[in-house]
Amino acid sequence: MEKEISITPALEIHDLTVAFDRKPVLWNIDLKLPQGKLVGIIGPNGAGKSTLIKAVMGLLPLSSGFAKLFDQDLNDIRTRVSYVPQRESVDWDFPASVLDVVLMGRYGKLGLFNRPRKADRDAAMDCLKQVGMEQYAHRQISQLSGGQQQRTFLARALAQQADIYFMDEPFAGVDAATEKAIIELLRNMTQANKTVIVVHHDLQSVPQYFDWVILLNTRLIACGPTASTFTQSNLQETYGGKLTLLSDVGDLIKRESFPNREGSAKQAL
Amino acid sequence: MNDIYIITTASLVASSCALLGCFLILRKMAMVGDAISHAVLPGIVIAFLISGSRDSITMLIGAGLIGILTTFLIEFFHKKAKLQTDASIGVTFTWLFAVGVVLISLFAGKVDLDQDCVLYGEIAYVPIDILIINNESFGPRALYIMSAILFAIILFIYIGYKELFLTTFDPAYASAIGISTSLWHYLLMSAVSLTTVASFESVGAILVVALLIAPAATAYLLTDNFKLMLVIACLAGIAASVTGYYVAVWLDSSIAGSIAMMAGVIFTFTLIFSPSHGLISKRLKATIG
Repeated sequence: MEKEISITPALEIHDLTVAFDRKPVLWNIDLKLPQGKLVGIIGPNGAGKSTLIKAVMGLLPLSSGFAKLFDQDLNDIRTRVSYVPQRESVDWDFPASVLDVVLMGRYGKLGLFNRPRKADRDAAMDCLKQVGMEQYAHRQISQLSGGQQQRTFLARALAQQADIYFMDEPFAGVDAATEKAIIELLRNMTQANKTVIVVHHDLQSVPQYFDWVILLNTRLIACGPTASTFTQSNLQETYGGKLTLLSDVGDLIKRESFPNREGSAKQAL
Repeated sequence: MNDIYIITTASLVASSCALLGCFLILRKMAMVGDAISHAVLPGIVIAFLISGSRDSITMLIGAGLIGILTTFLIEFFHKKAKLQTDASIGVTFTWLFAVGVVLISLFAGKVDLDQDCVLYGEIAYVPIDILIINNESFGPRALYIMSAILFAIILFIYIGYKELFLTTFDPAYASAIGISTSLWHYLLMSAVSLTTVASFESVGAILVVALLIAPAATAYLLTDNFKLMLVIACLAGIAASVTGYYVAVWLDSSIAGSIAMMAGVIFTFTLIFSPSHGLISKRLKATIG
């Protein structure tokens, strides 16, 4: 594990604690992530998965500890960090077109006083092409389906041309075909040495999707390559009491067969 | 000439309010304008007591500061005390307004101010309050003040368009890429305070509140393009000013009241007939679909 992080880690978290009203949501997190990996953050509801990425991006106050990206302070490398918030976090009835939203990805680099130029528009169109949404560029965002909204957000993150991407449940409410297209895109990004960190819910698809996993339940349970970290004992520790269904998941992992995605294990979680 | 002065002043107020109103309603903060327009009363009284003059600049500063304090208090109650936004707005502005009322009655002898004048204003007096420099008359003072305010707001939106647009649509993403949401929040709120204060001296707080929301809400029902929404909101505000003035002349009634009423009439008309979001077109779509 140490060998894989010989170069600068994409993300290093040290002693991180986040509390709301004195109640810790994240407790003493310590971890390092290598560059160019597709990383899944796994854990039960309320485990602090979204809180972890928000804390790292400075959207929430930290009670203690720090996070470094590429060995630097967040504020020094803001333009290299991108974020895909949860789809429900914005009002999709907002008077904006798909292209307007994707262009927001260029704002960080433009700075105050500069308006988006043709080069920015071209870059935004190119990102829409990558997510297969170019024909929707001028569509009003309220007319999009859930999957199209998600792809619009993804295109916006791509338009930022960052090096590390934090995504909060990009597969929530997305159909199977879109999910496949998105994971393909994320794979291509990691091949270009981008680091992609994804909050994920569906245990069955974890071994298929992710190179690394972070198992989280307020404290860090485990962090490492999926093959060695996504084990039944770690999962049991992460999900605590809800074990009967986890043994089902464990069986699935052992057999490496991933039949029906909407299987009983997921629903019960 | 007087009608032109009144209509122009009302249109300038309407445009300033409409532009800011678009951001307010999309941020789900429409009532903040209402809050500010009432809460600035103690600021005006205190500024008057300290400076002893009723000139606009002193009032603007006093009221502007209280306006920002108002938005700060609303944020504070909401974030720190975990009060709902509407509750924190309600608590903040009624309290500050009451302080203003108490101050006025306490210093009634010294203060040439009254609640009626602040709340209802009197746009009909605009042509009387003439700007005079070196014995030369330059037309109504309100005309100059409101032109300056409108110019400042257009400049503000022009420069900060990207940032205002993004922090309104997706504040979390804005912070993630390093755009300060609270900075733009307070800048926008300062602009609202400034406009409110400058406007109500001539047109009254109730008209300001109506013009902050109704034209922007009308525009929201007519377009899905934000830039177009800004333009339509201004046009709706101007239309309300012009028609409102003539309705007032025709009925021999309050001008500010008629303008606010026309803003409501235009909104209702749009709500029913808008081609995209109107009640009729929705009913039609439902029957066809």
